[in-house]
Amino acid sequence: MTESWHGYRGLARDLLISAGVDVGDEVEVVKPDGEVYRGYLMSRYEHAEEGYIVLKLRNGYNIGIAITKDTIVKRLGPGPRPAFRRPEPPHLDPSLPRVSIVSTGGTIASRIDYRTGAVKPALTSEDLITLVPEIAEIAYVEAEVLLSKFSENMTPSDWDVIARKMDEKIRNGYSGVVVSHGTDTMHYTAAALSFALAGTPIPIVLVGAQRSSDRPSSDAAVNLVAAVRVAAHAPFGEVVIAMHDWHSDDVIAVHRGTRVVKMHTSSRDAFKSVNARPIAYVRDGEIILNDQTVNRRGGDGYSFRPGFSDKAALIKFYPSLGPGIIDYFLDKGARGIILEGTGLGHVSSEWIPALRRATSMGVFVGMTSQCRYGRVNMYVYENGRDIMRAGVTPLEDMLSETALVKLMWVLARASDLEEVRNYMLTPIAGEMSPRTLPTRMRPDAA
Amino acid sequence: MNYQELGLRVGVEIHRQLDTDRKLFCHCRTSPTGDEKIIEFTRRLRETQSELGEIDPAARFEMKKMRRIIYRADPGCTCLVEMDEEPPHRLNEEAVRIALTVARLLNARPVDEIHVMRKIVIDGSNTTGFQRTCIVAMGGRVVVDGQEIPIQTITLEEDAARLVEAKPTYVVYDLSRLGVPLIEVSTAPVITSPEQAAKTAYAIGKILRATGKVKRGIGTVRQDLNVSIRGSGITEVKGVQELDLIPKIIDYEARRLNHLLGLVEKLKQRGITPEMVQSERPIDVTDIFASTSSKVISRKLAEGGRVYALRLPGFAGLLKSHGDEAVRLGRDLSEYAKAWAGVEGIFHSDELPGYGISHAEVGSVVTRLGLGEHDAFVMVADRQHEALEAMEAVRNRAAEATVAVPGETRGPRPDGTTFYMRPRPGSARMYPETDIPPLVVTRQLLEEIESSLPPTLDELAARLSERYGLSRQLVWELIDSERLSEFEELVGIGVQPSYAASFLTEGYKELRREGHPVDEVSFDKVKEYFRLVVEGLTAKESAKQVLTYLSHNPEASALEAVEKLGLKAPPMEEVVEQIDRLIAEALSAQPKSDPTGQVMGRLMKTYRGRVDGSLLNELIKKRLKLLREGRE
Repeated sequence: MTESWHGYRGLARDLLISAGVDVGDEVEVVKPDGEVYRGYLMSRYEHAEEGYIVLKLRNGYNIGIAITKDTIVKRLGPGPRPAFRRPEPPHLDPSLPRVSIVSTGGTIASRIDYRTGAVKPALTSEDLITLVPEIAEIAYVEAEVLLSKFSENMTPSDWDVIARKMDEKIRNGYSGVVVSHGTDTMHYTAAALSFALAGTPIPIVLVGAQRSSDRPSSDAAVNLVAAVRVAAHAPFGEVVIAMHDWHSDDVIAVHRGTRVVKMHTSSRDAFKSVNARPIAYVRDGEIILNDQTVNRRGGDGYSFRPGFSDKAALIKFYPSLGPGIIDYFLDKGARGIILEGTGLGHVSSEWIPALRRATSMGVFVGMTSQCRYGRVNMYVYENGRDIMRAGVTPLEDMLSETALVKLMWVLARASDLEEVRNYMLTPIAGEMSPRTLPTRMRPDAA
Repeated sequence: MNYQELGLRVGVEIHRQLDTDRKLFCHCRTSPTGDEKIIEFTRRLRETQSELGEIDPAARFEMKKMRRIIYRADPGCTCLVEMDEEPPHRLNEEAVRIALTVARLLNARPVDEIHVMRKIVIDGSNTTGFQRTCIVAMGGRVVVDGQEIPIQTITLEEDAARLVEAKPTYVVYDLSRLGVPLIEVSTAPVITSPEQAAKTAYAIGKILRATGKVKRGIGTVRQDLNVSIRGSGITEVKGVQELDLIPKIIDYEARRLNHLLGLVEKLKQRGITPEMVQSERPIDVTDIFASTSSKVISRKLAEGGRVYALRLPGFAGLLKSHGDEAVRLGRDLSEYAKAWAGVEGIFHSDELPGYGISHAEVGSVVTRLGLGEHDAFVMVADRQHEALEAMEAVRNRAAEATVAVPGETRGPRPDGTTFYMRPRPGSARMYPETDIPPLVVTRQLLEEIESSLPPTLDELAARLSERYGLSRQLVWELIDSERLSEFEELVGIGVQPSYAASFLTEGYKELRREGHPVDEVSFDKVKEYFRLVVEGLTAKESAKQVLTYLSHNPEASALEAVEKLGLKAPPMEEVVEQIDRLIAEALSAQPKSDPTGQVMGRLMKTYRGRVDGSLLNELIKKRLKLLREGRE
């Protein structure tokens, strides 16, 4: 396959290159049957079929034109070039709380090039407040780009980079930090920061968007405004995620970083606190505290403890999955495994020898539940008791993702199994609690 | 009005909903089921800034309002796609086929690959803030009175949500309609008379209907008219539903544009420039109206409002009508103020004193503004913010009036006049819908369409009139009332064709005229009723009575209606007994004469609408014959 040129391959690519056209140029395409099309050449989706040229017509519509070797492409001239005239940004008020907006990927605000359809992220503070001017009334914001990654590509070492940046912001006296993040793994990063920055004296607010910021209906701006408000004014120092509470734009839920998961592939209200309530809501520009056990802003319990080990694994058990998977991870040098078991915390009784082998090698094995809601309890059934006897540690009401991230963090600082187990059972950042309250899954309860 | 002299140019865009199994970009049905609990949620839309750093004028207009948008979603026919909570599904291929069929009937050429675009619309009518639309074919022509009108584009787009309520601080939309496939056929702006425009719309409508796959009824057809005269901007009149209105609206626009062009000349002669208008500032004249007898102003003042006045230099006498009462600049200025600032209206000096505003008050305003002989003024009473916004909108429009007649988006009124809605959107508001891959229009698909082309309506009319022995006029009435399929269903269950046709056209028309909401009666019930007729359980003479009853009693079934109205046929034995008795009576009075007519008259009094008249006639003859045979 030939290398693609603006998404064009094969005949189309050759035709365009030999005609000397560039994307955005005005061109004329004459088909062998004499039909003539005029418009501006657009780039082509990488995975679309070969053999078509995409033109933007004068009326703004794009169409695809099939080409053959007898098609004639002629360059008429350059298309209109955008001359971006930046609107006057609103004035920043230095008397407001200082908030840093750190971008790690995902675009919280962007401009669109209607000519090509390209989306350009707003990365500077100026760009950001021009596009979302409301934040200038809430805080004295500064923006910076730390990473530029899709969230599914994030690794524990990225968490570390972010954590170090947060610590720098804390030490530099910011009132709060907003971290813009792709949503797919935002809850893993939130948990990681919760452990590394336990007891933070200021709010660290992760925020994202389920609808991209190039569309008028994007949730990005509303989420960002709420996140800046929490960072600037919340009475707590916590690592949190601020996202839509429901389908409406009027209530933003603030979730504790160790208690939240992405529960929906596409909806604005994808993030839900599980086995806990959101610690606050933002409604009509007001922060409503929903949890009295928060770590208060400016407290002195902060300790910065970065570092994550990648020698941990998360295994979701399913009927028929054999214990070989344990051996696989042991062979790979795993020092800890989180099981996402069934119900109260079970895997097939066939697994018991393999589990015993793992724990006797000093590998930590912790049990969480794939039910998501509720607490594991391995005393109820005999199989559960046997699994515990094999050395598996039940992890109370901890989310499996949180348990994994915590284990990665623990393995970076504990030396033996006993110490790992102690860490895992000691609440560090609100990730577990001894009380289970009724599940509140009603979407309209706010 | 000599349209040719004015250089009238009209383009029409016909929009019609398609009757597909599912919506254009999701798998919801295209009409509500009516038995689901409605979900209500609120949103706000914000303009995404374009790379040009410019905000689209139509988008700025809506942004300025920044209203809260309340959506009502019926889970029976809306899903997360319409709620903008899930990416769109792939383009509905059934809709593409219909559009390609229309393209073929109009001799347009299909594009090789369909690209779905996003067209920015941030008034809230689309949850996404854009309307998804795509060109399916280009070119082609429709023949009107022997003249070819070129077609520019045939597009498929998603219908918008239905506006339920609009208030200054919020709007309410119902999402059921959002996503219903709409086909749009646009002609080139080459139409030169109002009548020709209406005929073009009708001709395109006929082609759309020939597919047999368009929805019908109120709101399923909308026509946009692009009207200009030589030297004017283009007016886009949105959403004209009735064909009859088209010529009236075009005529009105031609008069309005012509009047405004005349004013541009007059203002130029007077040496008025946009800068002169823009340098004027609104002045607070509230104190002048402290004890006014103007009801509007005193009400606004009681609500805490202020009165502002703005001088319009050189505009004296130009705000009122010049013979043609319906067109006047003052009215346009007032509509700008209403649309941009949400005020109830403005006053202008050409109509004052009046509306309870006294001569003395006008005099004080004139003095306060330092008005010269050729100057006019406008005035508004409202809350300070709205009042100032209104004055700014008026000032911008007045400044423009000194140089040009601007292009606008306007709405139709039932009387054929129009009103200002918003600026025309800029051309740079479309970008690709990246969530939907382009769709290749394959040769195979085009061949399938070619081999299954529907007959044109003219062919269909000829065929029907032949098959059912109906007059051409009646057939066309059936076609134009879009009740062909219902006609065929009724004939299918045994209703006489001519009766079915005239009932579905004339019958409905008559009842509609009498004010009965007969179009809301489901056809299933009508069919159920005719089944009763065919089975002899009631008589077709009761049809109008039953339909009327059903239109007011939506819960009732056809049988219940028949029973409730006492139109159920009696047992045959009873009818026969009655006939025999009446024959005996008649014959005993006048043994020599034929009693049929007399008996029939008396029978119909008892059984009209319950037993079919021809059946009674037949029975009388039968009984008479039996009687005579018995005697012989």
